[in-house]
Order: sequence, then structure tokens, then C-alpha cells
Amino acid sequence: MTVDTTIDTRVHGLTFAAVTPGDGLQKALQMSRGDIIDLVRDSRLKGRGGAGFPTGMKWDFAAAEKREPKYIICNADEGEPGTFKDRVILTDYADLVIEGMTIGARAMGASLGLIYLRAEYAYLKEHLEEVIDARQAAGLLGKAIGAIEGFDFDIVVGLGAGAYVCGEETALIESLEGFRGEPRNRPPFPVVSGFLHRPSVINNVETLAWVACIFAKGVEWFKSSGTATSTGRKLFSVSGDCAKPGVYEFPFGLTIAELLEEVGGENAKAVVVGGASGRCVPRSAFTRKIAFEDVPTGGSIMVLGPGRDMLEVAHNLLEFFVDESCGQCTPCRLGNGKLLEGVGMLMEGTCSAEYLGDLRALCNTMQVASKCGLGQTSSVAFCSIIDDFGGEIMGHAKRPR
Amino acid sequence: MALITERDRLREDVTAIAELTNFNRSSLIPILQEVKAKYRGIDSYAMQLIADVLDIHPVEVYAVATFYAFLQPEMEGRYVFRLCRTLSCEFAGKDLVARQLSEALGLAFGETSPDGAFTLQWTNCLGMCDQGPAMLVNEQVYTQLTSPKVRAVVDDHRAKVEEHGARVPERAR
Repeated sequence: MTVDTTIDTRVHGLTFAAVTPGDGLQKALQMSRGDIIDLVRDSRLKGRGGAGFPTGMKWDFAAAEKREPKYIICNADEGEPGTFKDRVILTDYADLVIEGMTIGARAMGASLGLIYLRAEYAYLKEHLEEVIDARQAAGLLGKAIGAIEGFDFDIVVGLGAGAYVCGEETALIESLEGFRGEPRNRPPFPVVSGFLHRPSVINNVETLAWVACIFAKGVEWFKSSGTATSTGRKLFSVSGDCAKPGVYEFPFGLTIAELLEEVGGENAKAVVVGGASGRCVPRSAFTRKIAFEDVPTGGSIMVLGPGRDMLEVAHNLLEFFVDESCGQCTPCRLGNGKLLEGVGMLMEGTCSAEYLGDLRALCNTMQVASKCGLGQTSSVAFCSIIDDFGGEIMGHAKRPR
Repeated sequence: MALITERDRLREDVTAIAELTNFNRSSLIPILQEVKAKYRGIDSYAMQLIADVLDIHPVEVYAVATFYAFLQPEMEGRYVFRLCRTLSCEFAGKDLVARQLSEALGLAFGETSPDGAFTLQWTNCLGMCDQGPAMLVNEQVYTQLTSPKVRAVVDDHRAKVEEHGARVPERAR
């Protein structure tokens, strides 16, 4: 038997396929650096990695810094469970990502771009380097891009080494500098002191591709979809118990029920929105909207069918965090382990209601006291399972594991 | 004829990468990746040598290597099988695939075969959630794993080891 190694992700209707690489950059090169930032700010584009920080504001902060060199870093450490849209973008639309980086470099005055590619995607490195080489040959990277004297910009690809926490931007920088991927205290923020303690902007893969589209198709086009605070469209990685998993593009503001209808997951019991660090949304809340102001997500949608055991879900997600906590701060290092132990007790039917209350309090401590986003969000899904599926999880009979 | 020992070769490899960044610390992870790929492990001699080349303390090298899942210092097999254990792959039936893989390789998770051919490990989300269960074998990804597919992938790699041995081939070194 020959083994099929094709990567068969079904992709449903992406704007990126309809944008010609080069169009966006050409427009940006005719604009002043200030006008580029104003346009991105006007689009109200927010970071597509999940945190949703306004991209224009981030670029503006970096542009205001006087120290050089400056760096623009593409966060391609797509490690959030249930997320794979960046893999598809890097495979099929790498030109747009690199174009977004180039526009950003022009706006803030960066001379070097770095793509931090997760080790699990090492098979994409050669492809990315080919795209970079082709753009260099076409004069879209290198010295005096667009015949603009002094606009010199190159991109290199750096490979991660298997650590989820390196998707956190300051941990990513530590990793690029050759250290353990332990998040830094902020401030100073990377825009002030980032890679090699120089001003650095870190943007998600998808954010950068949208930048190229906004310049190619116009800011009004972009703002015509989405909601007032979550403008534009978003890629979703859909997996789990549904008929049509794959990568989808929807405008922000879509309800969870509408999304489930599109992907063939109408009978879902719950949906994990935002991956392991996201929340578990029960059926009663499927009217909620997917947007930064309601249910935010970096694009991970894992559909849980009617037969799924919520404790199994919590167990799997917490095992993940116990493994991936960097161990630097105590609430995260010890807290995730205690929560996992608690889920084990719930599974065996030996967790009292009082102890469950203690675990709930521990979640609050972790959310408040952890140093980075990992520890601040790792207990969110567990909390939502306690809150919305209390009857199910407390009703667990003792059974062998 | 000059006799080049493994240790000389290691120093050449490490220095070549360090030179690219003018011996800056930022070359540490690329160096560890290279050493791991070529020698399958990072022993204490290699760590001291890397520390010497980069002018840092050996414990810094140890601290970084042990932090990252793909840079663990222990000797691993010529082919490292990493099966995804995250939620969507669990839903897709990773437990069954895990048992088949373990049986076909004759290894428990976390083990390396005595001949240095194979290592079997768990890994976290591989970004193949819509087509699980998924695994990596070195840098190659395999998706929608089924019982016959697991058997075929293992047989395929066993044949490679029988033909070329468990050592990393010279052309890749």
C-alpha cells in the first residue's frame, strides 16, 4: 500500500484567493509612511491571532520609536488546538503574508522581517523560502524596494522547536534569541523593546495577509463586512463532530448557530470556541455572536457532538496545559496540575461540591495572577464546563479509567 | 589522509551555524536543531562544545534543549513517530491508532527501539484537526490514520531502516 501524504484540507471560499499579490504593495508604495498607518488604523483591523489588538495602533507605536534597527515578526507558531488556518494561508497565500510584512516594514521602518514557523510545520520552510526568493528576484524584497531610496527589507524564516507557549509574543522573541520560551514581563512591550531589545512588531499570519487585501481592495471594502468593533472577515478552522470540517471564511458577527449550519454541525451539544484557551459554549448560547466584543476566537472551532463527555474534554485540554506550561510562574505551573487532578476526581465521582468550589477559586487565581496569556486562559474552558454542565459532571458515577 | 573524528565534525557543524550570526546567542536553537537532526541526540559533550563556541555556560544549553519538545537531549530513533493527542484527534479516534502504532513498532510511548531505528512519542496539536488522527514522522505528516495506513507507514520506514541502517545518511549530514 502506498501511503497518501497529501494534505486534504477542504477550503471554503476565501477572499485571499481573489486578491492578486503585488496589488496591495504597489498601492502602499505610493503612500507616505504616515498614510499607510492611518489606512490600517482606519480599517480597524484587529489581530487575527486571537488577542485582537488593533494592528494600526501597534504599527504606530513601533513607527514612533527612534531606535534602529526595527523588526517585523510574523507569528507562524500556530499551536492553539483546533487551529490550522495559518497552515493553509502559508501553503497557498504566502505571497500575501510576505506582502503584509513588507507594507508593515515600510510603515514602521523595519529593515528585517522574521517568520517564526512552528517545528510541526517544518515541511513548509522550503516553500516559504522559495516565495521569499522569488519576491527578491522580482525586486519586491531586498534593496530599494519600489525604487524608494533607503527602503531595504529582507525576510528570514526561523524554525520553532515544539513549544505552544512560544505563540505568546514575548516568549516567541525569547525563543528567537536562543532562550527558553518564557514570556517576559510587559511593559516594556515589544514595540518598544522586542527582538534583541529593539522595537519589534509581532503580527499573526492571517493579520498580515488581511493587510495586503485591505491595500489591494480598499478600506471601505474591508469595513463593509463584520461588526462596528470587529470589522472584516475571519478565517475559521473547523474540526470535530461536523459533516464538513475545514477552513472557512465568515464575517465577524456570525452567530455560532449560523456557523454550525454552514459546517453541518447543527446537532452539537457544545462548541469549543478559541481552542484550548477558549471557552466551551453550550447549546443554550448558540445565539451568541463570534466577534471580539462577544465570543472572541483566533479561529478555532471544535464541534462537540451530542455524545461527548464534557469531563473527557476538560481532561484532554488540561493535560495539554500541564504539558505546555513553561513553568516560570507558580499559578500556571501548579494550578493546571491541580485542575487536572480535580477532573480526575470528578471522573471517579470523588470530588465534593465544596472541593469543586475550591477549584473554581483556583481558576480565578490563575486567571488573575499568571504572568502570560497561557496561564490566564488555561482554566477558562474548565470554568465554562463547571458552569454550564454542572449536572453532567457532578453526576459522574465511579467508573474505571 | 587526515582522520576526522566525530568530535571534530561536531565542532565544524556547530561553528558553521554560529558563524552565520557572528557567534550570537540567537544561533543556539538552530545549532541544537542541526545537532539533533544529525546525531539524533545532544549529549553532554555536545552541550559543552556548543557552550564553548557560543561563550555561554553549558547549563544554558541544557536549559534550552530540555525546554523544547523537539530538542530533548536523549538519543532518539532515526525516525521519530509523533502522534497527536489533542482534542480533535482524540475525537477522531487517536487511542485506537495509538495502540496499533505501539504494537506495530513494538514500543510504548516515550520509548526508543534498541537498534536506534524508531522512537514513539505523543505530541500536541499538529494543525491537522480536520483530518485526524494525525502524526508526524520526522518532518513528514500523515493524516486520517487508519489501521492499514498505520501498518503501511511503519512497514515503509522499517524497509528504509533495513536498506540504509539506523544511522542518519551521510548526504544529510
